[in-house]
Amino acid sequence: MSFLIPALRRLLMLGWLVLLLVAAAPAQAAFELPPLPYPFDALEPVIDARTMEIHHDRHHAGYVAQLNAALSERDDLAGLSLEQLLARARRLPDAMRNNAGGYWNHSQFWSAMAPAGDGGAPSEELEAAIDAAFGSAQGLQERFSQAAAARFGSGWAWLILRPDGTLAVTSTANQDNPLMNLPGIERGTPLLGLDVWEHAYYLSYQNRRADYITAWWSLVNWDQVNQRYAEALSPASAGQPTLSPRTPGAEP
Amino acid sequence: MAHTLPALPYELDALEPHISRQTLEFHHGKHHNAYVTNLNNLVAGTELEGKSLEDTITSVAGDAGKAGVFNNAAQVWNHSFYWQCMKPGGGGQPGGALAEKINADFGSFEAFVEQFKTAGATQFGSGWAWLVLDGDTLKVTKTGNADLPLAHGQKALLTMDVWEHAYYLDYQNRRPDYITTFLEKLVNWDFVAANLAAA
Ligand SMILES: [Fe+2]
Ligand SMILES: [Fe+2]
Repeated sequence: MSFLIPALRRLLMLGWLVLLLVAAAPAQAAFELPPLPYPFDALEPVIDARTMEIHHDRHHAGYVAQLNAALSERDDLAGLSLEQLLARARRLPDAMRNNAGGYWNHSQFWSAMAPAGDGGAPSEELEAAIDAAFGSAQGLQERFSQAAAARFGSGWAWLILRPDGTLAVTSTANQDNPLMNLPGIERGTPLLGLDVWEHAYYLSYQNRRADYITAWWSLVNWDQVNQRYAEALSPASAGQPTLSPRTPGAEP
Repeated sequence: MAHTLPALPYELDALEPHISRQTLEFHHGKHHNAYVTNLNNLVAGTELEGKSLEDTITSVAGDAGKAGVFNNAAQVWNHSFYWQCMKPGGGGQPGGALAEKINADFGSFEAFVEQFKTAGATQFGSGWAWLVLDGDTLKVTKTGNADLPLAHGQKALLTMDVWEHAYYLDYQNRRPDYITTFLEKLVNWDFVAANLAAA
């Protein structure tokens, strides 16, 4: 190497450095923040535009970025779908469990809502299942609202399809969800999830979480819930709606 | 005697611009007040009625069947303590025995600040960051939701509320900005020093 002039030598070293960096970069394809399916102000007055913007562009985006950062250090988890990650939550470090949950939960949250009046109604099949589990749509609403109000601290209320085919209402803390294999969590396929972290409602409702929950029912996108229910029942599906695929072409 | 809501140790607008009057109106007048009301309702007619707040907390800590009492009692205690941990024109650095103890146990005041900031920023979901006396040693800890040092045999010297309601109207998602402001502009080190002296 001694015959190389110093400038050329530096160039060569730089080339090696770039090669090393590329080789060390994760094979992991990045998860992506899904766009909101409607404008920020589409859910007003129930959820104000500023809340939607911060919630999606800051909170949700933060979970995606931190999940990707955490995954970049775990080659052994490369190629797993988001749902596969959640299903092994018990063995994940907290940062990955929390951010994977925050990512999945918010993705389902946006699509589970629609501007008031646009959300349709429960399908005949879903309605029958709701009546069987809760007596009536009113019964579901009361149980679900109660679960959302009683969640102490931050978390979510869920309507899930249990493995036995019945519906149930559950609640999880922080960014946990019913797809996670965690002690104390009743597992099932989430059909509808409500965010009751304070950031979801504080700018408009402050301490009045109950008012937020009551108003939120007018936003439920039943067409989406019907679709999730049908997919969860269909033997062709894996039993879990894939809400946030990785970058196209990145799946193994 | 029923548990009561203590008055704020300063005016509602005393911590502006760092913590707004609106935040304190809701935080003290609604959140803290609701914990007091809920606690009184939960203990009425039970063997816990008439017990001190601390006795109530320690007697139900770890009892899953009494989680409602624990959560409300602990949140009454945490908020009463939190108000005293701040003052208008606070922040800066402690002096005297507290400063010496911090240097001895953390290496430097800056090292304590880093640990405290990290505890507040990484408490996922709702909770609290603390400076506690654990045995003879100062430690920085964090607790989820209503949990507090008293339930872990530690003495609380300083706390910072990192429930979103503590900062969302003023800082929204920017919790780290709230934490920095709390340390630089709000901490009442005299109160912390008095807690250490009384330990
Ligand atoms: Fe959220
Ligand atoms: Fe609080």
